[in-house]
Amino acid sequence: MNMLGFVTLCQKEINRFMSVSVQTIFAPLVSTLLYLLIFGQVMPADASGFDQVSYNVFLLPGLIMMTMLQNAFSNSSSSLIQSKMYGNLDLLLLSPLSATEIFLAFVIGAIVRGMMVGIAILLVSQFWIPFVWINPFWLLSFALLTTFVLGALGFLAGLWADKYDKLAAFQNFVILPLTFLSGVFYSVSALPLFWQQATWFNPFFYMVDGFRYGFLGVSDVSPWLSLGITAVFAVVLSLLCLVLLAKGWKIRR
Amino acid sequence: MSNAIAVEISQLSKAYQGVAALTDVSLQIPAGSFFALLGPNGAGKSTLIGIISGLINADAGSVKVMGHNVQTDFRAARRALGLVPQELIDEPFFSIHQLLRIQAGYFGLGKSQWAWIDELLQRLGLWDKRDAYMPALSGGMKRRVLIALALVHKPVVVVLDEPTAGVDIELRLSMWAFIRELHAQGHTIILTTHYLEEAEQLCEKIAILREGRLLALEDTQTLIASHPWEYIEVTLETLPAALPSVIADKVHRRSANKLVLRSARGSARSALLSVLSDAGLILTEMRQIEASLEDVFRTLTHTDVAK
Repeated sequence: MNMLGFVTLCQKEINRFMSVSVQTIFAPLVSTLLYLLIFGQVMPADASGFDQVSYNVFLLPGLIMMTMLQNAFSNSSSSLIQSKMYGNLDLLLLSPLSATEIFLAFVIGAIVRGMMVGIAILLVSQFWIPFVWINPFWLLSFALLTTFVLGALGFLAGLWADKYDKLAAFQNFVILPLTFLSGVFYSVSALPLFWQQATWFNPFFYMVDGFRYGFLGVSDVSPWLSLGITAVFAVVLSLLCLVLLAKGWKIRR
Repeated sequence: MSNAIAVEISQLSKAYQGVAALTDVSLQIPAGSFFALLGPNGAGKSTLIGIISGLINADAGSVKVMGHNVQTDFRAARRALGLVPQELIDEPFFSIHQLLRIQAGYFGLGKSQWAWIDELLQRLGLWDKRDAYMPALSGGMKRRVLIALALVHKPVVVVLDEPTAGVDIELRLSMWAFIRELHAQGHTIILTTHYLEEAEQLCEKIAILREGRLLALEDTQTLIASHPWEYIEVTLETLPAALPSVIADKVHRRSANKLVLRSARGSARSALLSVLSDAGLILTEMRQIEASLEDVFRTLTHTDVAK
């Protein structure tokens, strides 16, 4: 393994988003806090769908997870497509880094950004929504696994897209609807049966639901089921990315 | 020069959407040589270089760099090779200095390489721009950065894909001085260029491609010596606009009152003189011109359109 090369690429991916932290860390922090403030004010306290869980407390983990997964996706996808557009991806392709090393470094960059945004929201929200950590194992497992999955999905989208327009389409027509329909703002048990069943096909639902279990100790489905589905998703996406990257799909002509 | 092979290309083929870019190309580039890869636009030079450097996947055939297959032993092959690409790139997030250190890091080279990076910055006239970002640099400066990036891991084989395209004379001269120095130190230099004078002056061996096929592979002087024509420049008292066809067929170039005439190598010069005399043209001066690489190139690639 080219360990120094791998560490260098990880550092580059992290330094890249940190060099524009107003856009990559503070902007999502502010917009998420606005969601929290507005929805927390206008929704009834008992709208969570769970006994003894106020809507504010219910909403917080969902919003944290939504922001984490969106930022993890944005990081790897925008880094890759910018490298393509600026032409500097060739510098990476000329180096002795393997497909696995390149893929993992991009995903680690996405995980770090997702975790930083999530932790920032958690810390700031404590000023008006004190939380109790029911189970740090579930919290951390779902946070890491979800940012991994979205980092991989972003990598796949970045590989596929050959212009910013395509990436924006993927973000607006795939990531955004799946996020909003994943139970961030509501418990799926409150939905009509058809929409409940439709939600079960949304992988983001399991990520949000499992993460919320770590906070509240309550969830719509078993956290083990959510963990299993998210893990399968992570494995399948990783294999797909590695095969395409090794073949040079859309990057080696 | 040793008998070692720096780059071994075997039966390489590549097509884009059914259109052949390279067809069954095989050639060997000796280690330590200064090698030119020539051809008109669309000949397949950049495709070949892309495959050698791993940026393009071949449809068939194989390439080895210093004995390492670029597909199956890519780490060793890429460590042995540095490419200066034809297209300029940008990188808005990192300064030139940071970029070079990152690129060295990709090759597994840490602080031990920083002194070489500083030397590269000095040698290529980039030291004052080391904290600048690529988008703020001129085209010539970007070209220098690309050269530095290609050399950051001290590759044994250096590939320059049209490095002097759009580059001013000062940079061109300083760049060639630096590349010559690298060659003298034992690096293999592979060059593509449309400036054939550069190739003739610098390169010991030349390959010519046309429409994806290898047309010629020779030592530079052997290739020039094999040219079927020799040239005679004649200065005339007056040069009529229309020439008799027997002369017009032999004209290689014409300017003011001068004609460069083509005749078969070794043919009698007196025959040419009598043709001029018969046409009533008065000769004031005559000299023989050696065939250049450009003459050979134009004949081989059928781009000899000068009349």
